[in-house]
Amino acid sequence: MRITRAEVEHVGRLARLALSDEELDSLTGEMDAILDYVEQLKTLDTEGIVPTAHAVPMENAFRADEVKPGFTPEQALSNAPDAAESAFRVRRVIE
Amino acid sequence: MTIYDLTLAELRTKLDNRELSAVEVTNAYLERIAATNPDLNTFITVCNETALVEAQAADQAIAAGEVAPLTGLPIAAKDIFNTAGLRTTCASRILENYVSPYDATAIARIKAQKAVIVGKLNMDEFAMGSSNENSAFGAVRNPWNLEHVPGGSSGGSAASIAAHQAAAALGTDTGGSVRQPAAHCGVVGLKPTYGRVSRYGVVAYASSLDQVGPITRDVRDSALLLQAIAGYDSADSTSVDTPVPDYQANLTGDLKGMKIGLPKEYFIEGLDKDVRAAVEAAAATYKALGAEIIEVSLPHTSYAVACYYLIATAEASSNLARYDGVRYGLRDENAEKLIDMYMQSRATGFGAEVKRRIMLGTYALSSGYYDAYYIKAQKVRTLIRQDFLDVFEKVDTLLTPVAPTPAFALGEKTDDPLQMYLSDIYTIPVNLAGTCAMSLPGGFSTQGLPIGLQLIGKPFDEVTMLRTAHAFEQATEWHKRTPNFKV
Repeated sequence: MRITRAEVEHVGRLARLALSDEELDSLTGEMDAILDYVEQLKTLDTEGIVPTAHAVPMENAFRADEVKPGFTPEQALSNAPDAAESAFRVRRVIE
Repeated sequence: MTIYDLTLAELRTKLDNRELSAVEVTNAYLERIAATNPDLNTFITVCNETALVEAQAADQAIAAGEVAPLTGLPIAAKDIFNTAGLRTTCASRILENYVSPYDATAIARIKAQKAVIVGKLNMDEFAMGSSNENSAFGAVRNPWNLEHVPGGSSGGSAASIAAHQAAAALGTDTGGSVRQPAAHCGVVGLKPTYGRVSRYGVVAYASSLDQVGPITRDVRDSALLLQAIAGYDSADSTSVDTPVPDYQANLTGDLKGMKIGLPKEYFIEGLDKDVRAAVEAAAATYKALGAEIIEVSLPHTSYAVACYYLIATAEASSNLARYDGVRYGLRDENAEKLIDMYMQSRATGFGAEVKRRIMLGTYALSSGYYDAYYIKAQKVRTLIRQDFLDVFEKVDTLLTPVAPTPAFALGEKTDDPLQMYLSDIYTIPVNLAGTCAMSLPGGFSTQGLPIGLQLIGKPFDEVTMLRTAHAFEQATEWHKRTPNFKV
């Protein structure tokens, strides 16, 4: 086994995904098979190879810090599940 | 010939000659969609009202002599593009009721030309899939055979063009999601070089791989639509500020001195014999047209799928963290604590494949595994990219299959994620390398399903790739066949 059910449960918490018992079972098997498959990368010698994060080589894209038109508060909140006083509202976080 | 059988270029001529109005064209397409969508399930949203308003505006522009290349032409967009005032669902329950407050740049650019947006197209949820079976709005069916998948993730886009529900469509391609469904539906799908088209307003899956691409009935239309959307955009700092050439003007048919490479690693076990025969026949056609065919090698090809499923899922796990039920999208109202609200909203809103990829990506980025999986995959990506740069020292274009087999049957691969991933083996390396590629019709299987040919071009040399594709299209009739799909 490359990954255990307990590890899958831990990763689920990291990913903020509530997983059912059935999902934990199936994900453990599926992720194990996929991790087994990707193991082949380890047969390649990549000593000294620079990792590629982007296929097109580019430097930082700087621009002037200018004020430009953006969303109105109404637009920004137009899809909010819950909003009040120009803000997104969620359950109380601090007791 | 009915209105909805015309290409973009043919419609342009008829609109300019006043043989047709944009309203007539739009009505013809809306009727066609209404008649065919129940069987195909290609559209998530049909713009019955707004399309006619846009068509009227296009007719006024034409009457005033203000005609851009796409004015009045009916175009549909994968439901991954933000479209102001319209729903953008990404085929996910989590965005089921999300209405975009703004337009993606690609949408804004075709709207600026007064194209008519006829609807938003079905897809694999968050563009994750190769069969369009991972949609919260149901699977899309292939117009060539309703029991087969259209491919994915832009399955609705490709099927809609094959079924003449729109004259052209916009899709996105992260690991083959424009090219593979285009191949399975017998239409033309182009993935531009990374950075050629702005990704602004396109719901992100894997940001270092995602690219917007046109799906059309022929190569000329592909050039026409690419022309409209290509070019630097200050809102996407990964778009590249280089001049956009005139794609149509370069469709000369001239292949003199052209060197076309056949990468030997693409003709391996598992390649369907009909697909192999079609690619070999295409190579013979190119030879007859004056091109030189050269066998080449891309030695790291077999590592591409493994490399992709680490990099793409890692990026996805980060990109999809934004769906937390706070600012937009589905919120689980029952959770007592904030963290439970996050976890339950995501659990309810995401489908199985999206969860699988978020989990795999989170794992690959997690403490203790980051170097072994994510950084290792990025190093292998360097080797894969170098393969392409080396081979493009010797040839102008590569000719390969798009997918190992023609479209598979609905349900055939849903129980085995890894088998599904392996169907992208010929398209994934291109995204990792960041270069351009396209799928064009290249024949039919003995079962009567379309077979796609892939041309892979040098970075930012879409011109040569399109010219090569167009020359083949001129010499063959495959693109003129339409599915025997009657309503």
